[in-house]
Amino acid sequence: MNILVFAESQHGAIKKSGLEAVTYAARTASQHQGTVTCLVAGVDENVASGLGAYGAHKVLKMESHPDALGLSDALSEAIAATQARLVVLAYDALGRHLAPRLSARLGAALISGASGLPEIQGDTLRVRKSVFSGKAFATLECSTPIKILAFSPNTLAPEKKEGTAEVVSFSPATRNSRIRVIKTEEKQGEVALPDAEIVVSAGRGLKGPENWGIVEDLAHALNAATACSRPVADIGWRPHHEHVGQTGLTVRPNLYIAIGISGAIQHLAGVNQSKVIVVINKDPEAPFFKAADYGIVGDAFEVVPRITEAVKKLKAGA
Amino acid sequence: MKILVCLSKVPDTTSKISFTDNNTRFNSQGVQYILNPSDEWYALVRAIELKEAKLAESVSAVMVGGAEDDALLRKAVAIGADTLYRINAQPMDAYSVARMLADFIKTQDFQLVLTGRETIDYNGGEVPALLAEMLGWELASPVNKLDIVEGKARMESELGALTQVLEADLPLVISAAKGMADQRIPNMWGIRNSRMAVIQVVEPQPVEPLVRFVNYELPPAKGQVKMIPADQPELLVDLLHNEAKVI
Ligand SMILES: Cc1cc2nc3c(=O)[nH]c(=O)nc-3n(C[C@H](O)[C@H](O)[C@H](O)COP(=O)(O)OP(=O)(O)OC[C@H]3O[C@@H](n4cnc5c(N)ncnc54)[C@H](O)[C@@H]3O)c2cc1C
Ligand SMILES: Nc1ncnc2c1ncn2[C@@H]1O[C@H](COP(=O)(O)O)[C@@H](O)[C@H]1O
Repeated sequence: MNILVFAESQHGAIKKSGLEAVTYAARTASQHQGTVTCLVAGVDENVASGLGAYGAHKVLKMESHPDALGLSDALSEAIAATQARLVVLAYDALGRHLAPRLSARLGAALISGASGLPEIQGDTLRVRKSVFSGKAFATLECSTPIKILAFSPNTLAPEKKEGTAEVVSFSPATRNSRIRVIKTEEKQGEVALPDAEIVVSAGRGLKGPENWGIVEDLAHALNAATACSRPVADIGWRPHHEHVGQTGLTVRPNLYIAIGISGAIQHLAGVNQSKVIVVINKDPEAPFFKAADYGIVGDAFEVVPRITEAVKKLKAGA
Repeated sequence: MKILVCLSKVPDTTSKISFTDNNTRFNSQGVQYILNPSDEWYALVRAIELKEAKLAESVSAVMVGGAEDDALLRKAVAIGADTLYRINAQPMDAYSVARMLADFIKTQDFQLVLTGRETIDYNGGEVPALLAEMLGWELASPVNKLDIVEGKARMESELGALTQVLEADLPLVISAAKGMADQRIPNMWGIRNSRMAVIQVVEPQPVEPLVRFVNYELPPAKGQVKMIPADQPELLVDLLHNEAKVI
């Protein structure tokens, strides 16, 4: 079975989600004697051939770096060129543009947000995904000739082995989106929340935006992203994109630290797939403790700075 | 300019999730349904605000669903929508829903189609880009702020640390996310209007779903939480490093 995988790049390097995608495709291929071809844009020859170490057999390398619409054109052409039967990509912001477009264009079934590797039997593919905002899992099935599998970022860690991939230059015909970008602002030095491995999150227990220093300090020490509960974003203490939960972003980091958040069901829905959850709350009855792996009943203003110091000491010693 | 808002129904956020028929079907017993929050709070309310600001002529709402969903769909009028359409089919997967929506949209003259960013039940977030592709329109997603300036859409889109200001000609599909508007509570007048609102029922061409739900499982119960004394927070760091191995 031929698998085509898309690996997103940024500033000349393959993003972590892209390495995850190649690993995901390689693991799937190894169960089914498949070949893995990877489409990349905006990287040099070395970076492209380096994807061999993650399990790509062949890399289609584009010189230009098109926008989402152009990338969907490139992928369509690559699917035809490689006669791919399965397309693998990360279901992140870009994947949400690409995967459904390909599905509609090719009449290919799309399973998005997969949270494990697929089982493939004959023409049928089955895979699990999280539904009801983390309150359940569903197994989905499809059997169209071409299938698109968009996994949730952080489903598996990139696996680097030996080897290089054959790199072929690829120049598909791509359109440009007519949507104009008037301005782009990138906050420097911040870890992006959707793909963060560690998230430090705080709620109304922090009392006011002026107190977020202790949250940011801990996040910096851990190289983590910051997040918040809904009311905190609603009152404008924190930007909207930090709001996690059922009506905000769903995150699944390795470590989620919740400070002064009560743990309402709608909040838990967005974070309960985190691998390890730490809850710091002065109320021993806070519902969040039921969902936690580690808990501290205490005042955030006293506890958090001491944790930050301990993290700094740990990192300095390491 | 006419706006169409796509509304889906989902279990209330506090619903207990369970399954029947050997875990092959969602158990809707005792479940209260609501309009998907991002469809209602952000997409619908912003569309209505644009109409109130005379930047849009009318706001229509559409749902792919059965007659049992009419009461929920009426809420859109209570909030301020003008026209309601129900595409008469049970939603089976995002592809078939988008196909029915696209077929309907092609028969109408909407210039702006708003959806929510994703539904809180199946968390697909697929319909917006499916629709854009099926209609041959551009897609802006996710959009946190929306204005109409000289007949063009002016938008802000936040992706992690990246914020973009975008401008697009119409027609356009937009997926609405937090920040676009605030939840509106219907007033008495709206509620009265909504009771009399006519729902135009559209019979779709049947569309085969491409994805089937085989079965469901509940996540395993969480183990016991390990409590750390508040006067020894350093212990937490030690455990996260040596036991959980996450830092
Ligand atoms: C339809 C719907 C959708 C929703 N979606 C979301 C969502 O997506 N995300 C979300 O987060 N919420 C959501 N909510 C809101 C949710 O129900 C809760 O209201 C919200 O999560 C509470 O936020 P909080 O924990 O920050 O505040 P609170 O509930 O006020 O909790 C503050 C906590 O801080 C603790 N505290 C106070 N002082 C200190 C201190 N000094 N040190 C340590 N701890 C302290 C308190 O004990 C308390 O537990 C939704 C609600 C509805 C109805
Ligand atoms: N049955 C439906 N009827 C109308 N619109 C829908 C339906 N299902 C989904 N949508 C729209 O598509 C968006 C994304 O849905 P989904 O791709 O299912 O997560 C929702 O927020 C709605 O705006």
